[in-house]
Amino acid sequence: MSRLSERAERTPPSGIRRFFEIAEEMDDVVSLGVGEPDFSAPWPARKAAIDALERGQTSYTSNRGRRDLREAIEAHVTRYGHEYDADEEILVTTGVSEAMDLAMRALVDPGDVVAVAEPAYISYGPDASFAGGEVLRVPTRAEDEFRLTYDALERAGAERADLLVLCYPNNPTGAVMDASGFAEVATFAREHDLFVLSDEVYAALTYEGEHDSIATQPGMRERTVVFNGFSKAYAMTGLRLGYAMGPPEVIDGMNRIHQYTMLSAPTTAQAAALEALHSCDDAVVDMREQYDRRRRFVLSRFREMGLECFEARGAFYVFPSVPGDDERFAEELLREAEVAVVPGRVFGDGGEGHVRVSYARSLPELREATNRIEDFLAEHR
Amino acid sequence: MDDERRRVLDLLCEDARYTAEDVARQLDLTPEDVEAHVEALENAGVVRGYTAVVDWAALDDGIVEAKVELNVELDRETGYEDISRRIAKFPEVTAFQLVSGDYDFALEVRADTMNAVSRFVSEEIAPIPEVTQTVTHYVMETYKDDGIEFDDGETDDRLSYSP
Ligand SMILES: Cc1ncc(COP(=O)(O)O)c(C=O)c1O
Repeated sequence: MSRLSERAERTPPSGIRRFFEIAEEMDDVVSLGVGEPDFSAPWPARKAAIDALERGQTSYTSNRGRRDLREAIEAHVTRYGHEYDADEEILVTTGVSEAMDLAMRALVDPGDVVAVAEPAYISYGPDASFAGGEVLRVPTRAEDEFRLTYDALERAGAERADLLVLCYPNNPTGAVMDASGFAEVATFAREHDLFVLSDEVYAALTYEGEHDSIATQPGMRERTVVFNGFSKAYAMTGLRLGYAMGPPEVIDGMNRIHQYTMLSAPTTAQAAALEALHSCDDAVVDMREQYDRRRRFVLSRFREMGLECFEARGAFYVFPSVPGDDERFAEELLREAEVAVVPGRVFGDGGEGHVRVSYARSLPELREATNRIEDFLAEHR
Repeated sequence: MDDERRRVLDLLCEDARYTAEDVARQLDLTPEDVEAHVEALENAGVVRGYTAVVDWAALDDGIVEAKVELNVELDRETGYEDISRRIAKFPEVTAFQLVSGDYDFALEVRADTMNAVSRFVSEEIAPIPEVTQTVTHYVMETYKDDGIEFDDGETDDRLSYSP
């Protein structure tokens, strides 16, 4: 008999593990499989972390996070139309990862149904299961450019759900949604009394147009938790800092769990994050412009190769459809052309037949990788 | 300058070896548009040439670089222009600018040996009648040139796959 809990036993290894092991054995791989920025955190943020250490700031902070940081977050998110109170409605966490887990544990009772708009970042399903929830997959479709629609929710039977998780700009598709799209989803959520978890960690990486949030739809603020963080926008994945914003009683419930499981988010990272919010807007704009140029480069290369690929306008991913089975495609591409991409099915329903291509890579690397993909496709036609 | 042309210029400064196609793909233009912008930039004398950014210290042949400060005294017949024309012609002089501050001209000089640099300054530059003073600084180590950091100390240690 296993020593492990049923929960641990049930938890599958991540779908990219196998690919990672193959790639480890090879030496000339150009990886477009990365889910994090290729930049380092802006220097002022790094400097603030160093200064904090030099001054001996190595204690816990308050459970909810430093107050000045929460105030800076309160001010920062007004650019997206969010209004949250630093004292009662914002919780600083160890990444969006922790915040998502807390929200599930604070909102899901055993047997509750958690609808997840897929393809999606891989943690939502497991987080829901850990909390005892039942996952209901809501596939989005290439022909809708992977936006969540009223129809998609209806088709999946999401009216029986208690919670809905969505993420725009989306990992893995790069899809974004605008106010009119969210209006539909909000209607469904109000009609069927769904609470919404909106992962907006890629908000700052929106190209052509402004980031929009479902939480700003009428009647949605009180039934939504918004997640954001520093990993993607400020290239701070390793510092592990994020935050959740929502109604006071939900944030309070999350904080009650957080105080036992985490106590407080990393202190050094909070110093870096505060500085990032104070002085790194320009650095973010600069990174966004570089991503945008790479995005256009990759999209036009795929178009030239005849790979069908909708025009992703967010995050740093594009999601082309590939000939045949996506997992086989990704494996052969890795073994033969030494280019790493992630099979779409790893991200759930609606992802099959596609691969996730990350353009968080320098242009020379993207040029090399796309040339290899072009040759690979020519050989397999 | 129009915005589009400026963006083409920015990309050429980032990497002059981008093909017209590479630039076009990044800016959503056609290669023909890009070529037209580049030609216009060249014709207008904005883009004066294309060259490699070299870490001379990495070369075994030991190229020596020096910065030379130059003071001159002008008279009624000679202006900066007259002197500059003469000095710019020397192949040893790789950059040459009139600057504000304590001295008049800033030169960059490149030669095979330290000796050759000092001979060049003392035999070709110092004797020019208007030149009153030269100060030569040998380059000991280059950390960054033309926007390129020679060792930025940052490594890409990301995993090849991450969710
Ligand atoms: C959509 C999405 N949400 C959350 C995360 C995790 O973010 P954090 O580093 O803040 O835990 C990622 C990281 O890849 C992501 O892509």
